[in-house]
Amino acid sequence: MAIPISYNIRNLKLRKGLTIMTALGIALTVTTVVFLMALLAGLRQAFVSSGDPQNVLVLRKGSTAELSGGFDASLFPTLKNLPGIAKDSKGEPLASGEWVVVIVLPRKDGTGEVNVTVRGMMEDGLEMRQLPKENPRVKKVAGEWFRPGQREVVVSRSIQRRFANCNVGDTIRFGKGDWKVVGIFDAGGSSYDSEVWGDVNQMASDFDRQGAFASAYLRATDASAANALKNAVSDDQRLKLDGMLETDYYAKQTSSGGPIKVVGYIVGIIMGIGSIFAAMNTMYAAVAYRSREIATLRVIGFSRPSILTSFVFESLVLSLLGGLVGIVLMLPFNGMTTGTSNQVTFSEVVFALRMTPQVVLAALVFALVMGFFGGLAPAWHAARQNILTALRG
Amino acid sequence: MTLTTFVTKSAFRNKRRTFLTMLGIALPLVILTVMMTVWRAFYADNGSQQSTQRLITRHRVSLTFSLPIYYRQKMAAVPGVVAVVPTQWFGGLYIDDKPEHFFAQFATDPLDFFKVYTDFKIPPDQLDAWQHDRAGAVADGELAKKFHWRVGDRIVLKGTIWDANLELTIRGIYTAPQPTQSLYFDRKYLEEAVPVMKDQSGTFGILAASPGDVPKIAAAIDDMFHNSPQQTKTESEKAFGLDFVAMLGNVKAFILGICGAVIFASLLVSANTMAMSIRERTREVAVLKTLGFTRKAVLALFVGEAVVVAVLAGVVGILLGSGLMYTVGHNPNLGFFQGISVNTVTMILALLLAGLVGFVAALFPSYHASQVDIVEGLRYIG
Repeated sequence: MAIPISYNIRNLKLRKGLTIMTALGIALTVTTVVFLMALLAGLRQAFVSSGDPQNVLVLRKGSTAELSGGFDASLFPTLKNLPGIAKDSKGEPLASGEWVVVIVLPRKDGTGEVNVTVRGMMEDGLEMRQLPKENPRVKKVAGEWFRPGQREVVVSRSIQRRFANCNVGDTIRFGKGDWKVVGIFDAGGSSYDSEVWGDVNQMASDFDRQGAFASAYLRATDASAANALKNAVSDDQRLKLDGMLETDYYAKQTSSGGPIKVVGYIVGIIMGIGSIFAAMNTMYAAVAYRSREIATLRVIGFSRPSILTSFVFESLVLSLLGGLVGIVLMLPFNGMTTGTSNQVTFSEVVFALRMTPQVVLAALVFALVMGFFGGLAPAWHAARQNILTALRG
Repeated sequence: MTLTTFVTKSAFRNKRRTFLTMLGIALPLVILTVMMTVWRAFYADNGSQQSTQRLITRHRVSLTFSLPIYYRQKMAAVPGVVAVVPTQWFGGLYIDDKPEHFFAQFATDPLDFFKVYTDFKIPPDQLDAWQHDRAGAVADGELAKKFHWRVGDRIVLKGTIWDANLELTIRGIYTAPQPTQSLYFDRKYLEEAVPVMKDQSGTFGILAASPGDVPKIAAAIDDMFHNSPQQTKTESEKAFGLDFVAMLGNVKAFILGICGAVIFASLLVSANTMAMSIRERTREVAVLKTLGFTRKAVLALFVGEAVVVAVLAGVVGILLGSGLMYTVGHNPNLGFFQGISVNTVTMILALLLAGLVGFVAALFPSYHASQVDIVEGLRYIG
């Protein structure tokens, strides 16, 4: 027969101070781990949602990022006329030749300068990124889009928040002069949220890169056409270009989270083991404190396995409590935006802490694992206790 | 029985509990030691003597832009500058594009490279061999060990920025005060493969006559090129490195946050144990008082006990932490923590913090114990 759960819960309540302190200890470990996992989840989100499976990114063969080198602009018409490309609003193939450069902008809070990605694109580039129509990846939230041939830029909302002089109507200085900020866009947490966009020809002339593109984006009619298109680009011997799905390109860049991941594992494992010992201590004390009670339970007829289960269960309840408190402690930080650098482009990636359901679930499992291992040895001890000595003690 | 023995005896009365408590405090302290060390390495250390004398000049806008190569002569003429050497990032792939095969490669001038990087040591015959082979390269000792390179080995780097594959011969292996995990080769070889690079370089390394000259030189160089199309940003080697750390994000807040959580966690473990053991000893406290121990003495006994346990745990934690830091600091795949190791100051600081944790944790339960009424205490049955 199993010992009722209420017995454990009442016991935890009885020794309030001990329960709270142990649970808080576990909570702290869980908070730290949730924080690190939420950072990684946010970063992953930023990269993964940037790619559209229907977009094919074209780079010079051998190049791994949009920043490293480019190709001759004369190749662009050939690209544009490859089969499988969707049509834009004017009935032309939906394709955009682009330039990506990095500039420095001062942070609003005066904590120094940060590298920011500036992307020059064609009109089709804007059109492509506002697809699919029902749920566009990028939305304009204020002002207008930049116009071709003008020294105008649009900035993402998070850039507007984090950097000085990035409101509609302001001018920012980079390249060979001033650029007018005409609009603000929201890219829904993708890495486009860390970019400034303008006209590709204007940008190329400011950075002395006329007659070439760093990359080209082609919009395929559907996902399977995208695969064929990607291969068509890579296999064309004349072009010496590489085609890849935009999703694959960004998935690779998640490696920027590497240092956080390493720190996360180290901190999680070590603090986790520490918390197991703390829980063990508490449970040993609980067992010692109740040894006569346990013996009585045995005399009444509860078996050893049910006592073992009961104490492991008590430890699980304790750690679950800690896990929940830990998650609640982290809630105020959910959605907080922060920045790190994209290690492929050297520029800032803005992302938000995301406590996704997976993160919360993983944290609870982590807490329960700590509780299980913390409770096992004391519960074993409790179950093996000699009835007579315990009753006399 | 002296007081010290009394404290030690009580601390180890319940061996299992003391052991678990020590581990519960020691493990968070492992993290604390590592975090404090990383903080020190990033923000407090100035590197070797030569490192404080070095500056790095780059394009004002971004590392992805290059500077004209003729800047080198102009910079060399700035008062206080001893030597200038161009360094150009190559960013090639070795073997394949797996992150574990990635390492830094620079094109530089073999004649002057070791005149700027004076604290990098290389055997003279190897240096001579490098200077006489245009397709030669020198590698950092740890990097060479990682890939099992020996002098005379040939390697191929596949260009990513330019469409150029470089076939290089390892001519020398150097050791730096902090392993750099970098490979340097002759820029003339790059110029042959990539003609556009003939008249430009991404960065320049500069050696100043003394550390005091560094700020003056930085200002002088940036002023000199202020009105040219390619403006420069010159800063000390340390500041240049910190730019990379800053790119990781708000590292300071990150480290402080983790340290705070860790200290608080060990505080809880310690306080918990003291609360448990003092509660069990209520009757003993009453006996002590009957024997004539004052409240203050009782307080001191318990606080002392907690501090002893915490400090011992601190020693364990710091030793484990130093071991962990050594492993991380010598893992070539974790470039950011390269060559960082725990120093004595950090150890002492961590130990003090451990003692403080024990002290603070014991205060409340011990105070409680010292206030126990003798008659109540003697009657207490636990």
